[in-house]
Amino acid sequence: MNFTLSGSLVTLLSERNIRIVSVSGVPKTLCIPVQDWSKVAGLLKREDIRLVATWAAQEVGEGFTVHAAYAKTGQGYALLQTIIGEDASAFPSITPHYIAAARMERLIHDMFGLIPMDHPDLRPWTKHEHWPSDAYPLRKEFATDTDMPRSEGEYPYIEAEGEGVYEIPVGPVHAGIIEPGHFRFLAVGEQILNLEQRLGYVHKGIEKGMEGRDAFSATRLAARVSGDATVAHSWALCSALEQAAGIDVPPRASSLRAVLCERERIANHIGDIGATCNDAAWSFMHMQCQRLREDMARLHKDLFGHRLLMDLLVPGGVPCDLQPSDMAILQAQTRTIADEMLQLYDIYENNTSIRERVIDSGTIAHDDAQGLGLLGYAGRSVGLKTDARADAAYPPYERFPIPLATCPGGDVAARLWLRFEEIQESARFLDNMLAHMTEGDTRCAWAAPEAGATGFAVIESWRGEIATWVRFAADGRLDRCHIRDPSMINWMGLELAAREVPVPDFPLNNKSFNCSYSGQDL
Amino acid sequence: MLRKIFRSGTITEPLGVAGNNIEQLGARLSAAVLRRFRGSLAIRAVDAGSCNGCELEIHATNNPYYDLERFGIHFVASPRHADMLLVTGPVTRNMAVALKMTYEAVPEPKLVVAVGDCAACGGEFGCSYATAGTVADIIPVDVVVHGCPPTPTDIINGILISLGDDIAHD
Repeated sequence: MNFTLSGSLVTLLSERNIRIVSVSGVPKTLCIPVQDWSKVAGLLKREDIRLVATWAAQEVGEGFTVHAAYAKTGQGYALLQTIIGEDASAFPSITPHYIAAARMERLIHDMFGLIPMDHPDLRPWTKHEHWPSDAYPLRKEFATDTDMPRSEGEYPYIEAEGEGVYEIPVGPVHAGIIEPGHFRFLAVGEQILNLEQRLGYVHKGIEKGMEGRDAFSATRLAARVSGDATVAHSWALCSALEQAAGIDVPPRASSLRAVLCERERIANHIGDIGATCNDAAWSFMHMQCQRLREDMARLHKDLFGHRLLMDLLVPGGVPCDLQPSDMAILQAQTRTIADEMLQLYDIYENNTSIRERVIDSGTIAHDDAQGLGLLGYAGRSVGLKTDARADAAYPPYERFPIPLATCPGGDVAARLWLRFEEIQESARFLDNMLAHMTEGDTRCAWAAPEAGATGFAVIESWRGEIATWVRFAADGRLDRCHIRDPSMINWMGLELAAREVPVPDFPLNNKSFNCSYSGQDL
Repeated sequence: MLRKIFRSGTITEPLGVAGNNIEQLGARLSAAVLRRFRGSLAIRAVDAGSCNGCELEIHATNNPYYDLERFGIHFVASPRHADMLLVTGPVTRNMAVALKMTYEAVPEPKLVVAVGDCAACGGEFGCSYATAGTVADIIPVDVVVHGCPPTPTDIINGILISLGDDIAHD
């Protein structure tokens, strides 16, 4: 992990006469007085620093802390926190500076009952109207198995008035084989004026469920934060745990993790390219992509024992290894699939009926994407250079860097193009990686750190950067774990993209982002 | 595009044998009803809280290798058009009402197949403030397909077994 930004922030804040209460811990955390929390955010925003995540934690006998992680391309990451005393329950919101914090702070409000002051929209988020209003699940005094009585209430959706404006409510049960969520469209004729998302339907209490688990059990749960990014989520948690414990995994373990993660990226990109085309009624591409994706799943079953690569990462490394003959098979299949995707790209590029649908549909402006901090291929397809593999330079990418593919379009076509491109980049990376595998162990012993140890790690999943923060309690069990799936931010990108889009093009746009409901709802 | 279609050919395979992961619950619908569903079954998939791993494998049942539609089984967009609900996930508190309403919207007679360990017993998520129980705690379930996630072969076999069709290879 690259924490160069921490040092730069110490200098920046002292230049601006902002007091830093303390700089402590590994990784270094800058503690800011609570009254300066929002002011600092404003300052960082002006320096083009990106907000990664903001979350809260309860402290033993000291009230609560609110945390934030920031990042800047080329300088890596920095962690900030502020202490809210026991008799206070509010902190200055950073949402006026960072729109991406809006839902994160609503979640802090839902789960801890802390109030982000000057937040423009403090409606409940994950806490649906039938929850008791005084239930704060992430407070320590709230038992995991609390049986909450149902109460009544109504969620105030955004409304519009005017001649011809109507609402289309969709979900939570959607029309496909897809996760649940509610979309409220305000439309005039065919055109969408505004899309409002209401999520939280698949909230399973993952963060609360992490508390009290040991490292191995927590990793199994992390593997199920979002099934389509199981490798990346397991990797992010393992890295955070290993950082807290001061463990460096063997190089071969990192290489194998990257092999799994890049295969996961290729499989999901292929699946979604097909599904996006299918939403424009082009089933040829869908069937071809499903065929290739199934070929990958079957090889994963043969080589690793699981079609979706679940539970293949453990704290300390990976519990499996690849024989030279397996690596040859993996390399050959990766090449074949990449070649087939090149052929399919040619067919796609020359098919005017699909191109008509995707070009100029759901365009996001570069400045909007940057202001939001849009992640992953969605961000890179509007020219942003955000990629945790480069920004955090974690192993093995510090030795085998992946060239950053970006393009300026910002529409469905750009998001598709970038995914075709990333399949080729990942395939080239895998080819190189598998040819230069380091010999040695794939796993080292796990030794849990002392109570209070923290870790923060980011991993670039196929969808974008996953950020995971952990803090240990006694006996090697977790005291608190925060997971920020890229969907937490990218769902808002879809809201931007869906404006001015005709209603029938919404599924096309939705699929081009394919945000995770489970990853955002936790 | 045509060349690619011809070169890919037909890759659909005979349905594989189910693993030991399928559990029959409750009383079966009458043989006459099941016979009518066979060869023309409409399914509404409902994710009641899954991690989306099960959804990936349900999608895979429609890929050219498994081709669920050859059994006359297809997915529909509305519960009102469905004969069967395919339900995944530990039922979350926030989805319990939606699941119940979806079940009620399916016309009688109807079948429910619970897919995945979470749907069967809560899986890795277990029971908490955020969950409302297993699928069978919320609506009547006919067949449970275990696995995390279950394979496409097991899902298809689970659907066919709920139709009283234990030998699905014809």
